[in-house]
Amino acid sequence: MTLDALLLNALLAGIGIAVAAGPLGCFVVWRRMAYFGDATAHAAILGVALALTFDASIALGVLLTAIIMALGVFALSGRGLAIDTLLGVAAHSALAIGILAIALTGARGVDLEEYLFGDILAVGPADIALIWGGAALVTGLLVWRWSALLTATLSDDLACAEGVSPARERLILMLAIALLVGIAIKVVGALLVTALLIVPAATARALARTPEGMAAAATLLAALAAVFGLLAAFQWDTPAGPTIVAVSAAGFALSLPASALLRSRRRAQG
Amino acid sequence: MPRVQRDGQMTLLATENLAIRIDGRSILSGVDFAIESGEIVTVVGPNGSGKSTFMRALIGALAPSSGAVKRRDDLRIGYVPQRLQIDPTLPITVSRFLNLPVRRPAAAIAATLTEVGVGDIASQQMTTLSGGQFQRILLARALLATPDILVLDEPTQGLDQPGIAAFYRLIERVRQRLGCAVLMVSHDLHVVMSASDRVICINGHICCEGAPTTVSAAPEYRALFGLGTQGALALYQHAHDHTHNHGGCSHGEAAE
Repeated sequence: MTLDALLLNALLAGIGIAVAAGPLGCFVVWRRMAYFGDATAHAAILGVALALTFDASIALGVLLTAIIMALGVFALSGRGLAIDTLLGVAAHSALAIGILAIALTGARGVDLEEYLFGDILAVGPADIALIWGGAALVTGLLVWRWSALLTATLSDDLACAEGVSPARERLILMLAIALLVGIAIKVVGALLVTALLIVPAATARALARTPEGMAAAATLLAALAAVFGLLAAFQWDTPAGPTIVAVSAAGFALSLPASALLRSRRRAQG
Repeated sequence: MPRVQRDGQMTLLATENLAIRIDGRSILSGVDFAIESGEIVTVVGPNGSGKSTFMRALIGALAPSSGAVKRRDDLRIGYVPQRLQIDPTLPITVSRFLNLPVRRPAAAIAATLTEVGVGDIASQQMTTLSGGQFQRILLARALLATPDILVLDEPTQGLDQPGIAAFYRLIERVRQRLGCAVLMVSHDLHVVMSASDRVICINGHICCEGAPTTVSAAPEYRALFGLGTQGALALYQHAHDHTHNHGGCSHGEAAE
């Protein structure tokens, strides 16, 4: 495969992930689910190890462990446990055990960095199909549940009074995050998946007046970060995940003075 | 949730021997309650007495530990929470908020905003509203559902005295228009006593209930609210007697 074809594959993969990460990242920010995102992503490393051990598809292993982590956290949440601590324990244990497991099966010559930081050279047509299929599923879920998700995000009680089950919406979001982790790990890596969710959404906040506007802006920003990050990663032969996130973070830093200006102008207008 | 059949009776919401335990601690027990269509019922009780828990159980946000909550089929609840903390990372305009979770016609939104007295803030961000504006938007949102019952959990918390009075006058007005029942938790006792058909005094269970004058005379109520409240009530009833000129303090007699 030529370098151009590799780059094209990577770009297609990156944009596919961004399309799902934009709106999903907004919910992660609004509902403060960053730690949950980390727990799910770190569990994915364990999924890689399990897939290698049992000679199964890595994508499948990652997706399954991410979903199991999501379901586990969902089952334990709302039981009065300190969810923050619980997620911290789960996230870091999953990462540690996953890395350990890969080290123990290291004889197969697995490059751990590939899964921690992403590897665009590894993206083939099958991966792109998987990524776009997963992204379509995540986006479809969010569009379908949008009003209910927003209502439950504003207030559990308000949602209940309207016949919306906050627990069901929370579960849908958790599964969507698990799905995104499953498709994004190859390009962005387990350590930085959450950053791809949070940074574009955080940047979009200052630009938006409505939830939909913020989701659209976050999608655009995530896509830009993916494209420029991947181009830079190709140019300088740097790991894909960190490069994309660094570009995204630079965008966030640049947006700070701009958003301060916007705010003061809005205040001046009353 | 079991539902009350629509069999001619007009009970909107009811509980049967409702108990709520949270983390093994009993918050509410043995609550038998019903509210009929068009009725105004106020729930009073000291802090931590389970008032908000009771409301949350009624709207379905808390599952009963035992007993049951029943609602009429297709009951539309307009719920106004005690307070709503919108995360500062969530940009949302007033009009977008009013369209959740169901899109409403623009004309209905404009009319409702005018009705609650904040006709000109539809395009503002929710986070920029004053406390009074915010409560009115919450009420507007509840009204847009054309509710059979308005459930308000201390809706005037954080409002100043004139704001509280204005808010209750507003609730009275929309109730007359919609003919809906109103169930509210309130600390504003003199308002409660003037506007309610029935008062329920909760302290982990229903300690007493009935017409406002009956309840304020009940020893259970007096034991809970003590002297300070009696003073406030006396003050109110004084004004009340003046207005309606019942002559003498009939309330004092009822207490005996």
